[in-house]
Amino acid sequence: MVGSVGRLRQSRGGSVYTQALDVHGDSTVPLDEAERERRFQTRVDREEKVEPKDWMPARYRATLIRQISQHAHSEIVGMLPEGNWITRAPTLLRKSILIAKVQDEGGHGAYLYSAAETLGVSRDQLIDQLLCGKAKYSSIFNYPTPTWADVGAIGWLVDGAAIMNQIPLCRCSYGPYARAMVRICREESFHQRQGFDIMMKLCAGTPEQKRMAQEALDRWWWPALMMFGPPDAASTHSTDSQRWKIKRFSNDELRQKFVDFTVPQAKFLGLTVPDPELRWNEALGRHEFGAIDWNEFERVLKGNGPCNRERLQARRRAHAEGAWVREAAMAHAEKLRRRAASCAA
Amino acid sequence: MNPSHEARPLYRYVLRLGDLALVLGQRLSEWVGHAPALEEDLGLANIALDLVGQARLLLAYAGEIEGRGRGEDEIAFLREQGEYLNPTLAEQPNGDFAETIVRQVLLDAFQLALYERLTSSRDERLAAVAEKAVKETRYHLRYSAGWLVRLGDGTTESRARAQRALERLWPYTVELFEADALDREMVEHGIAPPLEDVRSAWNRHIDEVLVEATLDRPADRPFTWFGKRGEHSEHLGYLLAEMQYLQRAYPGARW
Amino acid sequence: MPAESNDRDVHAEREWPLYEIFIRPRGGLDHKHVGSLHACDARMAIEHARDLYTRREEGVSIWAVPSVSITASDPEDAEALFEPARDKIYRHPTFYDIPPEVKTL
Repeated sequence: MVGSVGRLRQSRGGSVYTQALDVHGDSTVPLDEAERERRFQTRVDREEKVEPKDWMPARYRATLIRQISQHAHSEIVGMLPEGNWITRAPTLLRKSILIAKVQDEGGHGAYLYSAAETLGVSRDQLIDQLLCGKAKYSSIFNYPTPTWADVGAIGWLVDGAAIMNQIPLCRCSYGPYARAMVRICREESFHQRQGFDIMMKLCAGTPEQKRMAQEALDRWWWPALMMFGPPDAASTHSTDSQRWKIKRFSNDELRQKFVDFTVPQAKFLGLTVPDPELRWNEALGRHEFGAIDWNEFERVLKGNGPCNRERLQARRRAHAEGAWVREAAMAHAEKLRRRAASCAA
Repeated sequence: MNPSHEARPLYRYVLRLGDLALVLGQRLSEWVGHAPALEEDLGLANIALDLVGQARLLLAYAGEIEGRGRGEDEIAFLREQGEYLNPTLAEQPNGDFAETIVRQVLLDAFQLALYERLTSSRDERLAAVAEKAVKETRYHLRYSAGWLVRLGDGTTESRARAQRALERLWPYTVELFEADALDREMVEHGIAPPLEDVRSAWNRHIDEVLVEATLDRPADRPFTWFGKRGEHSEHLGYLLAEMQYLQRAYPGARW
Repeated sequence: MPAESNDRDVHAEREWPLYEIFIRPRGGLDHKHVGSLHACDARMAIEHARDLYTRREEGVSIWAVPSVSITASDPEDAEALFEPARDKIYRHPTFYDIPPEVKTL
């Protein structure tokens, strides 16, 4: 049986894949797979949380590992486009805020890798997948941040879209993921506010600053809409995810909500959303908007966006150049253990 | 204190403290997103944040002492290179992780020894800043010293890198303790502690860490630059060009 | 150092061990599990936990425990371990109907 328990028991003697919680207890008479799935689905339908070491369908585990790790990778890669502006932040307060924000993003990555590890993978494995280009991360971070206004736009739009995706995840069926999301959502609203605050100052500033803000909105609007993923009709992963309460709202639903929330904010800033077909539909009580260029989405997803190569290269370099540091830390810890052991002897 | 008579020296002394925090914080923030492990991204960012926070308090105070209505940002972003009074050690480039950690240990121990004694400064503002900063700096030294020990007493490669970094940066420590007229004046007025006292405390911290890290203390060598008098190495120019860019490109704009 | 005998020979580097972190948010409260992190030794684990889990003043005390040291009950045994307690409702104070005249109970 390829399952969680089998793999965990292999992990004795080293910090290999997993959290390595030592599972005690006699194995009960195994139920058949279909019966287990049925009981599992009943629990999920009753809004009971699934915890590490609980039995779960292999596809549930695989889906979660994929989704949580993609989310974690996105946070880590996401540190780069904004981190780009830390040394050039225009005031000391903005510099502090930006360092804190990027630090939070690193922290979010850590919480998420931590949640993924409870499912039987190791962080090192996940990072390897990212660095060799096998794992995906949110395409939005493959766009450049050429101006300070892009830092504002990312906070306002990208974090705004992320919040919309993330709040429902706080009620996800998998306990560790839901708990990580609660922590993350608490921190994320600061991120969106500081971005909007940057935009407000720019829009109330000099003509050059206003233009900088408008051009950033022009650059980030459509990629932000693409963050919600392909249209429902074209989405491959959705039905299981919704049945298992991993995904609680559809892509289009969330995208619509985002547009409805954000358009008035742009109006408040005095900025023009770069969509000539955008209009308020009074009868339906929501905005209509233009067609998204899904070709661009596919292109960036496949690695041909403006910064895909740079982002991965930066992460690979950091990882490679840090190898001797990580080894030194392990070597030192080993020395401490040996000295402690010989003292005890 | 008579402002018109003593303002200028106090202004410059506070700049020395504030610019140390500013420049060192700027250097550390370059690591964010590029550190050897995710946890170190967070650890280094934490120190950078603390240092920028110290810079804000100190540079705002400097602006008040100066009395020309300049706030923390004008002082931080709009001075000429020769007006920055950080010690030259702070502006040295990050290099590899060993160089960054060595630079950090040397300056953390310096700041700790200094802030501990500044808590009893006759200048109440400085004493208050020191009171807050001393707790942060204790943690910074714990972090950086912890890493110096791991690197020094880790692998042969890490020890070689750490020793090399120590040799390269050691000469810059001379400046930290060489008292000049400004230092002496501050001691006379009970504002700053004598640098010999700071040096003794610093030596104790450094010797303790070096022993645990199994690293050799380099011999003292003569030294050329005195950043604390505005005479900087070539590195500060590049650092300032990057840091000051937006303020210089959009004069008078608010952010 | 012993060679890693599993299918992760793709890299020779050994991973930093996993630690579970427990934080006491305020004096008087219990330590609560907040998640895990990687560290080489106990001291590093505390520092990493401080940087990762207490950025917003969420703690006064940190416990870091190597994950391998934690023993977990098997969810398969949940019925045997926990259900018997469910129908012993007399363990709960609300089971008892004490007349309001009796104070301090």
